[in-house]
Amino acid sequence: MNLHEYQAKFLFKSYGLPVSKSELIFQESDIDQAILKLNVDSFVVKAQVHAGGRGKAGGVILTKEKEEIRDFCQKWLGTNLITYQTDEKGQPVSCILLEECTDIETELYLGLVIDRSSRSIAVIASPDGGVDIESVAKNNPEKIFKVFLDSSYKIKDNEIKKLSDGLELNKSQNLEFCSLINNLINLFVDKDFSLIEINPLVIDSSGKLNCLDGKINVDGNALYRQEEICEMRDESQEDALELDASKWGLNYVTLDGTVGCMVNGAGLAMGTMDIIKLSGGFPANFLDVGGAVNRESVTEAFKIIVSDSKVKSILINIFGGIVRCDVVAEGIVYAMQDIGIQIPVVVRLKGNNSDIAKKILEKSELNIFSESDLTRAAKKAVDLSK
Amino acid sequence: MSILIDNQTIAICQGFTGSQATLHCSQSIEYGTNIAGGVTPGKAGQTHLNLPVFENVSQAVKETGADTSLIFVPAQFCKNSINEALDSELKLIIVITEGVPTLDMLYLKAKADEMGIRIIGPNCPGVITPEQAKLGIMPASIHNKGKVGIVSRSGTLTYEAVDQTSKEGLGQSSCVGIGGDPIPGSSFIDILEMFEQDPETEGIVMVGEIGGTAEEEAAEFIKEKVSKPVVSYIAGVSAPPGKRMGHAGAIISGGKGTAEDKFNALEKAGIRIVKSPADIGKAISEEINP
Repeated sequence: MNLHEYQAKFLFKSYGLPVSKSELIFQESDIDQAILKLNVDSFVVKAQVHAGGRGKAGGVILTKEKEEIRDFCQKWLGTNLITYQTDEKGQPVSCILLEECTDIETELYLGLVIDRSSRSIAVIASPDGGVDIESVAKNNPEKIFKVFLDSSYKIKDNEIKKLSDGLELNKSQNLEFCSLINNLINLFVDKDFSLIEINPLVIDSSGKLNCLDGKINVDGNALYRQEEICEMRDESQEDALELDASKWGLNYVTLDGTVGCMVNGAGLAMGTMDIIKLSGGFPANFLDVGGAVNRESVTEAFKIIVSDSKVKSILINIFGGIVRCDVVAEGIVYAMQDIGIQIPVVVRLKGNNSDIAKKILEKSELNIFSESDLTRAAKKAVDLSK
Repeated sequence: MSILIDNQTIAICQGFTGSQATLHCSQSIEYGTNIAGGVTPGKAGQTHLNLPVFENVSQAVKETGADTSLIFVPAQFCKNSINEALDSELKLIIVITEGVPTLDMLYLKAKADEMGIRIIGPNCPGVITPEQAKLGIMPASIHNKGKVGIVSRSGTLTYEAVDQTSKEGLGQSSCVGIGGDPIPGSSFIDILEMFEQDPETEGIVMVGEIGGTAEEEAAEFIKEKVSKPVVSYIAGVSAPPGKRMGHAGAIISGGKGTAEDKFNALEKAGIRIVKSPADIGKAISEEINP
């Protein structure tokens, strides 16, 4: 799960990290009050969406003119912001962050992430902030400083020194950084984050550190124990179909091909997409129906797949281990009749009771092609999608 | 010989009386696995599947002499359960549970390493050594005793590889699902090392997927340390970047951990790759019997 910048900064502030003075604007009637309350000369106005590249897309302005703030808010509230990280529809803007403009001296980078290779929390710092950190890592690896925390999740003095030296901080900034990094680690661990990125962390003209942006990913597995974070979830930033699917225990991701897929297991679902591609077609989605395949979940899966008008054929690939294929076949027949599926469906049922399943499908006289070989099944689904 | 579990293994099950544990333990017992009892707090003294239920792991270990635990405890309680298993100094802990928080696993993995105890999973189908022992949720019927070692990050995709190696007449020495989570208890390398040492294993199938760099690290290891033929398939060539594909592990970001990267690393290390999951069986058969 992702958080908005303003939510990240709210959490930063509550953990004693330096952030700019700010106000939030949710509707046009908030605008004047927000400007008045903030009471500063120059402003940064930032549209809040779960995507990077907002600046280049016109979603961020610096201004001294109150009229410009009003125009910006009126323009963006309730519309979608399209950046290079969003799809062509963009992400809806329902909140605008109004901040005091910071006089920037230097831009730094600071990040915390769960590092799979070292099985630890990695703290990453760079004096080259404000730009794409991936390209810094690639082109100037000597400008990236890393520390891996042990399982006590405490950072040692020499590790702090390594980072603050890397960031080229002076003595008073070192003191600020020391408390900043400790607080940031506590926040990360307390709230079960999987990523925090502050890009840029800036040194302002008075020499003080300030977190000018904040990107946070939360570990979805830990949401059950993070009530405060759960309340911050903004479902309007998520794909509506994917969200709907998750409510049925289905794992669904929209893609842009023409062959709809329904598979049990995430790995096999990706494998099925791969075979479709190898057979010259394009998968319309990733859909993992999970371990408990039954009439209800198959019906919901069908509904979601056919709600995508690009889908021209469907490939169902179920490996019946614990699941009985005959039960799945009955579910398929029921769902296709119930919803009235017209497009061709290729079914590959393998394993437990697949012979009985085949007979059920054949008897149904629906638009079903039963095929036990995975390669041939994919080929058939691709041919039917053209 | 085999790896991790065999007919000498004595196992207990944590979360024993739950519905999933009941279903899968009864199948394991039917398969001939020595499950000696289980743990469900508050139900000590009862019998379940004709086996004793204990209050805690240390009691269960003391009474049964178990060396392995199979865990089905819900994710919210899993940290405590794994911790308890570690403190009872079992040799092997297999965690089927899906949805264990990453920070819990970071802590438990570090502790397990320190104690020299092996964790498999979480979020995995478990381990099977055909005709000897089955500790997990995999369907028994597709497995045959044989010579291919299978290690995989995915569940049903593992069954696909198992089914194909059975059809090829090769069978399996052991099959290990290491799980799709970002911080797994055991890595590909841990399991590859065991298969290399196992005299019964003549070839290895490694099924990976997008996300992380575990396959790239495994490729290096295979090049240096594995003499047996390895066939590898990586799921997710067709997955677009930045999209999460089910498993928490299967997310590609910033151009790292793509299937293409992984295939390249494996090929560079001289490992036979297959681009279709339907070709795994045929490829390992050709590698073992050229």
